[in-house]
Amino acid sequence: MKLLSSKIIGGKEGAVGLIILATLIFVVMPLGLDIFRLNLVGKYLTYAFVAISLVLLWGNGGILSLGQGIFFGLGGYAMAMFMKIEASDPITTKIQTTPGIPDFMDWNQITALPWFWEPFKSLPLTIIAILTIPALFAYIIGFAMFKRRVGGVYFAIITQAIALILTILIVGQQGYTGGVNGITDLKTVLGWDTRTNSAKYILYYMNGILLFGAIFLSRYVLGSKFGMLLLAMRDKEERVRFSGYDVSNFKIFTFCLAAMIAAVGGAMFTLQVGFMSASFIGIVPSIEMVIFCAVGGRASLIGAVYGTLFVNFGKTFFSETYPELWLFLMGGLFITVVMFFPDGLAGIYSKFAKKSKFLRKFYGSDQPTDPTTTSKVVGAGVMDIAPANDAAAEVVNIKGAKA
Amino acid sequence: MSNTDFVLAIEDLTVSFDGFKAVDSLTMYIDKNELRVVIGPNGAGKTTVLDLICGKTKSTSGSIKFMNKELTKLSEHEIVREGVGRKFQTPSIYENLSVYQNLEVSYPKGRGVFGSLMFKRTEVVDAEVRKIADEIMLTDMLNMEAALLSHGQKQWLEIGMLLMQDPELLMLDEPVAGMSAKERDQTADLLNKISSNRSVLVIEHDMEFVKKIAHKVTVLHQGKILAEGAMDQVQADEKVIEVYLGH
Amino acid sequence: MFGYSMADIGNIMVMQGFSGLSMFSVLLLMALGLAIIFGQMGVINMAHGEFMTIGAYTTVMLSKLAVSYNLVAYYFVFAIILAFIIAFAIGYFIEFIMIRHLYKRPLDTLLATWGLSLIMQQIFRSSFGAKEVSAELPEWLLGSFKPTPDIDIPINGVFVMGLAALVTFGVYTFMFKSRWGLRVRATVQNRVMAGAVGINTQMVDRVSYALGCGIAGVAGAAFTTIASTGPTSGSLYIVDSFMVVVFGGAASLMGTIASAFGIAQAQSILQFFMTSSMGKVSTLLVIVVILMIKPEGLFASKLRK
Repeated sequence: MKLLSSKIIGGKEGAVGLIILATLIFVVMPLGLDIFRLNLVGKYLTYAFVAISLVLLWGNGGILSLGQGIFFGLGGYAMAMFMKIEASDPITTKIQTTPGIPDFMDWNQITALPWFWEPFKSLPLTIIAILTIPALFAYIIGFAMFKRRVGGVYFAIITQAIALILTILIVGQQGYTGGVNGITDLKTVLGWDTRTNSAKYILYYMNGILLFGAIFLSRYVLGSKFGMLLLAMRDKEERVRFSGYDVSNFKIFTFCLAAMIAAVGGAMFTLQVGFMSASFIGIVPSIEMVIFCAVGGRASLIGAVYGTLFVNFGKTFFSETYPELWLFLMGGLFITVVMFFPDGLAGIYSKFAKKSKFLRKFYGSDQPTDPTTTSKVVGAGVMDIAPANDAAAEVVNIKGAKA
Repeated sequence: MSNTDFVLAIEDLTVSFDGFKAVDSLTMYIDKNELRVVIGPNGAGKTTVLDLICGKTKSTSGSIKFMNKELTKLSEHEIVREGVGRKFQTPSIYENLSVYQNLEVSYPKGRGVFGSLMFKRTEVVDAEVRKIADEIMLTDMLNMEAALLSHGQKQWLEIGMLLMQDPELLMLDEPVAGMSAKERDQTADLLNKISSNRSVLVIEHDMEFVKKIAHKVTVLHQGKILAEGAMDQVQADEKVIEVYLGH
Repeated sequence: MFGYSMADIGNIMVMQGFSGLSMFSVLLLMALGLAIIFGQMGVINMAHGEFMTIGAYTTVMLSKLAVSYNLVAYYFVFAIILAFIIAFAIGYFIEFIMIRHLYKRPLDTLLATWGLSLIMQQIFRSSFGAKEVSAELPEWLLGSFKPTPDIDIPINGVFVMGLAALVTFGVYTFMFKSRWGLRVRATVQNRVMAGAVGINTQMVDRVSYALGCGIAGVAGAAFTTIASTGPTSGSLYIVDSFMVVVFGGAASLMGTIASAFGIAQAQSILQFFMTSSMGKVSTLLVIVVILMIKPEGLFASKLRK
C-alpha cells in the first residue's frame, strides 16, 4: 500500500497536486461554467490525453513524435464510425439512393458498407479497435524505426511524414472516410443521445475520470524501474544498452502506450464534440499538441493538463477578440517556452514552491533522507538528445514538481 | 581447437575500416580470475578490441568466444547478459539519477519491458546496492545526484554499476584517467579485490598502476600483439621499449 | 496502361517528366537550402517554407512595380537576386537573435522554428492579405516549345531548371572550392578545433543559415512561375523538402540532387496515373518505407560505426 501510494500518488506532494487538479476539473469548472463552455473544457481535456502521452514519450523518453495526431485521429475515427453507422439506420436514411449507409457514401455513389466499416457496428469491437489499432500502428512504426536505431530528429520528421500521408489518404478517399469534412452528424451511442445537456455533463465527468486514469497509469510506469530506464535512455542510451537492456523494446512499448492514450483522447473527443475530421490528424494539430506538453513542462503529467488548458483558453480568448494576434502569440509561445522556460509551468511552480516557506512547511522537508522510499525521480531535468551523440546535450537540472 | 578452459578466447580477430586494419589477426586468451592489462601506444587498437568484444563494433573476420559462446553473432545487450561488463573511457553514468538509482538500474533482474514494470525494490536488491556502494567507497553518497560526483567517484560508480551485473568478465578502459594518486591506490585495491572471483581486462597507460594490478600484460601495436607476459618480462622486452616505453 | 500505346506512354513520361521539372527545381532549391542548414549544421529549420514565401512575395511585389513602369520583360532576373538578398538578410537576423542559442538542442530548434513559421505566416497575412497573389510573368517565360509534335515542353520549366542548376553549381563551388566553404566544412566537422585555429565559428554558422534561407528565397522566385503565392504556400513544400534531405542522406550534396530528382519525378509520374492525392501518398509511402530500411538515406557516406 505504501509503495502504491508513493508510486502512483507521489507521496504528500503528489497527492496535493492531484487533489487540486481533481477539484478544478470535477468541482470548480462544472460549477463555474455553463454547459457550453464546460463542453469546450471537455474538448480541451481530450487534447490533454495527447499531451500526457507526450510527457511519457518526449519528456521522459526523449522521443519527439510530431504525429501523435495520427493516434488521436485513429481513436476518434473509430468512435465516429461506430456512431455514424448507428445514425445511418435504414429508416433515417430512407431518402438516400442506398438507405442504411452513411450519407457521404451515398453522395459518392457507394452502394454498400465497405468491409473495413463492418466491425464498427458493434460497440465492444469499436472499443477494442480504439485501444488496439493505434497501438498496433505504433508498434509497426516503432519496430521499423527503433530497431534500426533511428531516433531524434529523423524520427520526428518521419512521424510528420506519416501524419501527412494519413491526412492526404483520408481526405482523398472521400467516399470511404468522409473526406475533408470528416464524419459528421453523430447523434447517439446505443440509443443514448449524446447531444443533450445531461449527456454532455456525463461525458465530461467520464472524460475527467479517464484522464485521471491515464495519469495514474503513466505515474505507475514512470515510477517503476521502467520509468527510471526511460530517463536513463534519454540521457545515455549506450550505457543502458551496455547494462543489458534491449533499448528498442522500451522505446517501442512507450510509443505504443503513448499511442493508446492519445487514441482514448480522440474517442472522447468524438463523443463530446460530435464529429471527427482529418484536421485533427495532420502536422499542424500534432505540433500544437506538443506545445501543450511543452508549456506544461514536458516531463510533468499534471503540468501537461494545465498546459493544455492554458494554451487552449488563450486560443479561444484571442481568436474571439484579436484573431490576428493569436498566431503571433502562439508562435511567440513556442519560441519563449523552448528558449526561456524549458520546464514550463511545472518548473515555474516548483521554483515558487521552493521559495515559499509556507509550502515548504506544508510538504515537509524537500530532502529525501531514505533512498528506498524515494520514488521521486531526481530532477525532471530538461535534456535534448542530439542524434546519435549523447555528449552534446545541454543539461538543465531542476528538481521538477512531482509529475 | 579446444578453448574450453579460457574465459575469453579471441582467435584471428580482424577488423578493417575501409582497408585500414585496426585489429589484425589478433589471438589472445584470458583465464578465469585473471587480471590482464593491455597497454600500447595510441592507435594500437586497444579500445577497438574492447569495442569488438562488447559488440559495439562488428568484426570483419575471426572469432571471440566467451565461456565457449561465440560473441560475434550477438547484439550488445545479449553480450552483456552473457556476463560481459564494459566500462567506457569517459565515465558513462546516469547523471540525473541518484547514485542509489544508478546502481539499482544496473541490477540484473527486470531487464525486459514487463520485468522492469513489475520490478520491486526488495530487501535483496537494497542489500546488494549497499554492498556494492560500500565496495566502491560511495556509501555516503547514495542519495546524491550522480552529476555532482567528482570525476574519480564517477569512475567508481561506473565500476559499481558493472559489479551489480555480476559479470564473469569485466572490461575497463583507462579506469584511472584523471584520478589523483590516492584515488589510484584505492582503485588498484578495488580492482585487485574484484578480480578474485572474476576475470578483468584493463586498458591503461599508467605503468605504476599497471604494476600494482597486472597478473599478465599484453602489449598491442598496430593491431597486433607485440609482446605478452608478466610485467617485468614485458618491460624488459626490447621491442616494447622501442615502440612504447622509451629508453 | 489501358488505352495508351507505347509511344504514347513514352511521350507522357517525357511530358510528365518535364512538367515535373519545375516542381523538381523548386524542390531541389528548397532541399539545397535545407541540406546546408540541416545536413551541415544539424539545425531543423521548420520555417524554411516561409523563407521561400519571402522570396515569392518579393517577386510578386517587384512584378507589380514592373507592371506599373512597363518593365515586365526585364524585372524577373532582378527579382531572383532581390529574393535571395532579402531572404539572406532575414535569415542572418534570425540566426542572430534565435537560432544561435539552440545549436545543441535540435528538437528544441525544431519547435522554435515552427513558432517562427507561425509568426512569419501571420506577418504575411497581415501585410499581403490572406488571398493568394500572382506575379506577372514576362513574355519570354510563357509558352512552350515543341521538339516533336507530341511533346510540349514549357519554357518556364526549362528556365527554372536552369536556375536551379546554376544555384547548385554555385553552392558546390562555394562549399568545395572557396575559402569560406572550407571554413564551413571545418566548423561542421570539428567545431572546437575550428574555433581554436581562429575560425569565427559564430560567423560561419550565421552565414550558413542565411545562405540556406537565401537559396529558399530563390526557390520562392521560381515558385511564382508555377503557382500563386499565399501566406501558407511555404507549408506545401516543407515536408517534401525534409524528405528529400533525409532520403538523400543529409551529408551529401549529390545525394540531395538525386533525391530531389527521384522524388519529384516519381510523384509527377504517379500522379498522372493515379489521382493526385494517391500519387502523393504513394510517393511519400515509398520514401518512408525505404527510410525504414535504410535510415541513413540512399547516399550517406560510410561512417565508422
